[in-house]
Amino acid sequence: MNTPPNPMASIRDRLGSPPEGPERFLWGATASVRLGHRLDGTGLRGRVAELARRSVLIATRDQFATALALIELDGIARRLVICTPDLPPEHLPAVVAKAGVDAIVSDRDGGHDALGVPLRVLCNGTVMPAKETPVTCCRTEWVLLTSGTTGAPKMLVHSFASLTAPIGSALGQRADVVWGTFYDIRRYGGLQIFLRAVLGPGSFVLSGAGEPTGDHLVRLGAHGATHVSGTPSHWRRALMSPDARAIAPRYIRLSGEIADQGILNALHSFYPQASVGHAFASTEAGVGFEVNDGLEGFPASMVGAPGDVQIKVVEGSLRIRSARNAVRYVGDDDSTLTDDEGFVDTGDMVERRGDRYYFLGRRSGIINVGGLKVYPEEVEAAINRHPAVRMSMVRSRRSPITGSLVAADVVLKGEPDSSGAAGEMVDFKREILQICHDRLAPHKIPATIRFVPALEIAAAGKLARHA
Amino acid sequence: MSGEETMSVKATVISEIQRIAEDDSKSLPPLTDDLVLLDSGLDSLGIAILVARLEETLGFDPFTETDDIAYPVTLGDFIRFYEHAAESHGVDSR
Repeated sequence: MNTPPNPMASIRDRLGSPPEGPERFLWGATASVRLGHRLDGTGLRGRVAELARRSVLIATRDQFATALALIELDGIARRLVICTPDLPPEHLPAVVAKAGVDAIVSDRDGGHDALGVPLRVLCNGTVMPAKETPVTCCRTEWVLLTSGTTGAPKMLVHSFASLTAPIGSALGQRADVVWGTFYDIRRYGGLQIFLRAVLGPGSFVLSGAGEPTGDHLVRLGAHGATHVSGTPSHWRRALMSPDARAIAPRYIRLSGEIADQGILNALHSFYPQASVGHAFASTEAGVGFEVNDGLEGFPASMVGAPGDVQIKVVEGSLRIRSARNAVRYVGDDDSTLTDDEGFVDTGDMVERRGDRYYFLGRRSGIINVGGLKVYPEEVEAAINRHPAVRMSMVRSRRSPITGSLVAADVVLKGEPDSSGAAGEMVDFKREILQICHDRLAPHKIPATIRFVPALEIAAAGKLARHA
Repeated sequence: MSGEETMSVKATVISEIQRIAEDDSKSLPPLTDDLVLLDSGLDSLGIAILVARLEETLGFDPFTETDDIAYPVTLGDFIRFYEHAAESHGVDSR
């Protein structure tokens, strides 16, 4: 708690070193703020001092407000717990309890009253003149949420050091850099871009809550975005927009999903002036590596090579050890983050073909739909509520648009009545989808449902899932 | 099911779009050729579902047949993309 402050250990201190070059901005969809010398005011209504050394939950609808709070509170709060935009509200009490949250920054007046947290500070994107300049007083723990098996989020602790370890070289950026991302900065991938942008010499364009792709592209273009990042699914959606030509980036970055050769080629031919790179990163492992040769997969020579990031492949799964790894899980989560040698098992399955490794998908059946994780068990539980369903198995189905989709194989109880069988099946399908609609987020609802006579059961009595 | 075999690619695409919108209780704008797909009421998840359902109905997915794809912007582009693939699969596309 009484760690002596490191003068350059927080965002505010880095902003305090004025860069040379054009004026710097953080642009949101409906508001903006100058980043130049320091944040030119306060988005927290001058209440920063009240939040000192607290465990602060940041729960805003618009990510612009989150960005302001992160800049102002890094180095001030003991913990910053960043709510993802789609966190189901029923999980908030557990997050608050596990992270010892004693203050909430929200953009809703009176929002989150029911959580019983004593201190609530409004941050709705409005910036007011600051009366005093707060001073860095502690090393802030950054807590990121990522979805877990039961739907309850896993909470991972990162430090300013682990988050910024991958971006040392990126800070040699030219001052005219304007970053943009289709990601939300409240997830690891987006947070990386946020930090690259605010710690570097340039500016940053954020997407708005629910902003249509076309409008976002037009704003990115209007602000002259030079470096734009997103998942392969984000980029496919961008290329399907008539406003794809509104941007002319110099650098395109993909992460968060498998980047296949199709999307790499499509971006290369659509934006011939841009260099296109894909990165492997996860909340647990941090940024593993970047691949800039225009090809899918990664060179086999990276495995076992010495360096800041060490990579090994164990039973087909990619493991990564580096200073970029998350520090630990929060609270009483007894799962361990690393193996005996300090490597994080990413659960991403790879296969070597010639001198390259290629990504196959996730072990344990986790499905990545456009960058969002789906645990098959949660979907199966919804399907199995239908009275006619004996059992079901949810698996990943490749999609050229979102990388993967949810597909379900369903075994019915008893033989369907042969006379009206087809009609009955159609009804069952509709009813199962309705149950899923009522209980699951849209990306978790099966895109296809197939009725099968039986499912493969592995020796341990569990459904046989394949990567 | 026998009706679908004689349905044109275009009619199949349109009926699948309508079915997905119905499942989502979304209303659709008029499905003209120059309608921008992302303005059709389907988001990229909806378009992904459309491509998966079309693969089940038509038996092919033109997006996965080559590494060199021009992503369709309008409904007309999308239908032509499928009609073109249908020809190379020997499926009557009209």
